[in-house]
Amino acid sequence: MHQNEKSCSCSREAIWPECKFQIVRKERLAQNINLWEVTAPLIAERAQAGQFVMVRIHEKGERIPLTLADWDKSKGTITLVFMEIGKTTKQMGLLKECDCVPDLIGPLGAPTHVEKFGTVVCVGGGVGVAPAFAVARAMKSAGNKVINIMGARTKDLLFWENKMRSVSDELIVTTDDGSYGRKGVVTEPLKEVLEREKVNLVFAVGPAIMMKFCAATTKPFNVKTVVSLNPIMVDGTGMCGCCRVTVGGETKFACVHGPDFDGHLVDWNEFMARQRIYLEEEKLSLQLWENQMKGVQ
Amino acid sequence: MAKLNLERTHLPKQKPEERVKNFNEVALGFTEDLAVKEAERCLQCPKHPCIDGCPVNNDIPGFIKAIKERNFVEAVRVLKKTNALPGICGRVCPQEKQCEAVCTLAKKNAPIAIGALERFVADWARAHPDMVPKDEIAPPTGKKVAVVGSGPAGLTCAADLAKMGHRVTIFDALHYAGGVLMYGIPEFRLPKQIVQEEVDYVASLGVEIRLDTVIGRMVTVDELLQKYDAVFLGTGAGLPMFLNIPGENLNGIYSANEFLTRINLMKAYLFPEYDTPVKKGKRVAVIGGGNVAMDAARCAKRIGYEEVYVVYRRGKAEMPARAEEVENAEEEGIIFKFLTNPKRFIGDEKGWVKAMECYEMMLGEPDASGRRKPIPKPNSEFTMEVDAVIVALGTSPNPLVSSTTPGLETTKHGTLVTDEKTGKTKKDRVWAGGDAVTGSATVISAMGAGKRAAKDIDAWLRGR
Ligand SMILES: Cc1cc2nc3c(=O)[nH]c(=O)nc-3n(C[C@H](O)[C@H](O)[C@H](O)COP(=O)(O)OP(=O)(O)OC[C@H]3O[C@@H](n4cnc5c(N)ncnc54)[C@H](O)[C@@H]3O)c2cc1C
Ligand SMILES: Cc1cc2nc3c(=O)[nH]c(=O)nc-3n(C[C@H](O)[C@H](O)[C@H](O)COP(=O)(O)OP(=O)(O)OC[C@H]3O[C@@H](n4cnc5c(N)ncnc54)[C@H](O)[C@@H]3O)c2cc1C
Ligand code: SF4
Ligand code: FES
Repeated sequence: MHQNEKSCSCSREAIWPECKFQIVRKERLAQNINLWEVTAPLIAERAQAGQFVMVRIHEKGERIPLTLADWDKSKGTITLVFMEIGKTTKQMGLLKECDCVPDLIGPLGAPTHVEKFGTVVCVGGGVGVAPAFAVARAMKSAGNKVINIMGARTKDLLFWENKMRSVSDELIVTTDDGSYGRKGVVTEPLKEVLEREKVNLVFAVGPAIMMKFCAATTKPFNVKTVVSLNPIMVDGTGMCGCCRVTVGGETKFACVHGPDFDGHLVDWNEFMARQRIYLEEEKLSLQLWENQMKGVQ
Repeated sequence: MAKLNLERTHLPKQKPEERVKNFNEVALGFTEDLAVKEAERCLQCPKHPCIDGCPVNNDIPGFIKAIKERNFVEAVRVLKKTNALPGICGRVCPQEKQCEAVCTLAKKNAPIAIGALERFVADWARAHPDMVPKDEIAPPTGKKVAVVGSGPAGLTCAADLAKMGHRVTIFDALHYAGGVLMYGIPEFRLPKQIVQEEVDYVASLGVEIRLDTVIGRMVTVDELLQKYDAVFLGTGAGLPMFLNIPGENLNGIYSANEFLTRINLMKAYLFPEYDTPVKKGKRVAVIGGGNVAMDAARCAKRIGYEEVYVVYRRGKAEMPARAEEVENAEEEGIIFKFLTNPKRFIGDEKGWVKAMECYEMMLGEPDASGRRKPIPKPNSEFTMEVDAVIVALGTSPNPLVSSTTPGLETTKHGTLVTDEKTGKTKKDRVWAGGDAVTGSATVISAMGAGKRAAKDIDAWLRGR
């Protein structure tokens, strides 16, 4: 089922007869951040900012969620940006252009609510810059004034600055170590913007701790703050309840009710604790795999 | 009348102390001789109450007669006429409440082991693929039907429609077909290989199966209706219910769906060979008293929990789980705590559940369900230490389809409203059946609904 014209010898086709979703472009955006452009016409057709897909890369693999960073309806492709952190994402990093992924399910989740709010600040931290781009672009085309803040630990981890700029009325770049842009974390410029002008909405996506502090920063200004939560998921369709988060005292399933929620209402401590449920198992899994890889070499 | 033989042939089983260490099937199945021996007991009753007791009206005396004559090919033919998934039904149907309950010999406390015989026939067919008669498929009608959901309702509806000559495509959200059979019911009760082979059988009838496709997100029902003449919704009841008591989102508290999906669909019992993990602790409490609770408890035991409690708010007699599975669970050392209900969960400083405060319960007047209503005893609170909890309270339909399909009527419980006899919904050209309509029920009732809908869809397509 290759919709893609590019001739290739997909080595995985033999292993995966149902080989479906082809990686037509792979790009290393930063040290451990990769971009995949994957053939998935049905998903591209439907994609909206804020939605995600579930990916499973082999028979024994986990299903993991990744946000739609971009898509191209005419080409029938979607763009995913992922950070290599554990076994699955590191294995994904080894896949090459032309390789195929057996399972790609989406678009899932409720799209980010986009309308003309006035002035919108989008904050993207680390790999969160990719989903922030999709939202910033949607906010811009809805007629908002869009101020984008993107941050990373260090210069080598920054990517998509130009893409971000293309959808910004103003772009602020920060690095924790000051190796590029402003030194410091994203909440500092966020606070300044809020002090400086009337902001109607803040959207933040990135590490949990960053989203938590963004919400804490906007709270005194009483500016509605939408965060895109990334809890652990299994099915991504509302069936398992693994992704549940407490928002305003109510239990919500991030995969169907979210992933966007009001950052001022999220129970951050519970959320961050739940992200760490499988820390030990993830470490073990990665270690065994890395040892196995070393053995192979 | 034939002479009564009241010696029911028992299914050989793995020993409890062995089976709690593996995920292999617990019941081992009849040999040919055991099957024939059991079949010989059947009275071939002229009024055959067993057929009426079966929700899909399998010709039970018919296939049993063939077994007795050692004509297994014929037994397969008779059974497959009404049942596309006999290997599944033979294993998980609550026969003790259906065909076996009304079997003439049930009055003597020795009903024919109909389930075990059905399973035998299915397994025999799988072992002898070349001898199994091919199904008759009606000439193509040129009509197309979309079936949403590949659980027993969807598979049955699709198989019947395909045999009637229609072109059928099944869509499922997950990466394997089978619904609860694949993600919920554990390997040791229903090997996934058997589900896969029965799914393959449905595909062999010409049914196309498209996985990884979430209807309501990727394609809506209205869009399906543009390409297909009719749509059948067999989307099940997959949304887990929670207790809504304090502490329920602590780490270590699972819905049964999550726990079972990790273990069955994602094979977490084989972690780290498979990548999806599941927590292994020492003491786990499973809340609930149905089949799902039994499955969760028995899985927990097998992945290494030392003490597994089933905490149920009513008494043993009121438990909705199958008697056979309760017995299996007891043999495996599962500890039952009846008339007990959690009040809140208590966490440690890192957000992990460490204890559960419970009420002792008593049974009051019968409630709407006809069962006596459990009421907390005043000042009866006590605490149980646990390092995991599995909430197995039941499920309701996922609203993804109903919320994106205008014109589809739902009840206040979220189930789809249909005509009971035909499965027709209020929406033009859309039928539904299975757990999506009834709420959590059984495999065979879902299959029955799939069959009724297939018949009605066929009649409607032909009348068009
Ligand atoms: C809606 C959503 C969108 C996401 N979008 C992106 C994205 O665009 N780019 C990106 O790099 N990452 C994204 N993530 C996070 C990504 O899913 C995890 O990085 C990935 O699952 C890690 O898998 P692993 O096996 O490599 O690491 P592991 O070693 O398994 O885990 C590392 C950490 O990742 C998280 N994690 C593990 N398993 C899961 C899981 N099944 N579901 C969710 N989180 C998990 C946990 O916090 C864990 O501690 C998103 C998560 C969610 C929920
Ligand atoms: C743990 C457990 C144990 C059980 N044990 C027994 C037993 O021993 N005996 C018995 O008779 N019954 C048992 N049951 C009940 C039985 O499994 C169900 O009644 C039966 O599976 C219902 O069948 P169904 O076809 O209606 O739905 P399901 O089996 O739930 O299948 C629905 C399918 O639809 C798919 N789907 C849902 N929404 C969408 C969508 N929007 N787009 C695409 N696909 C979608 C799902 O992925 C799923 O594959 C058990 C249930 C559970 C959970
Ligand atoms: S009711 Fe029992 S004994 Fe009579 S035909 Fe059916 S299975 Fe045989
Ligand atoms: S991931 Fe299973 S319900 Fe959200």
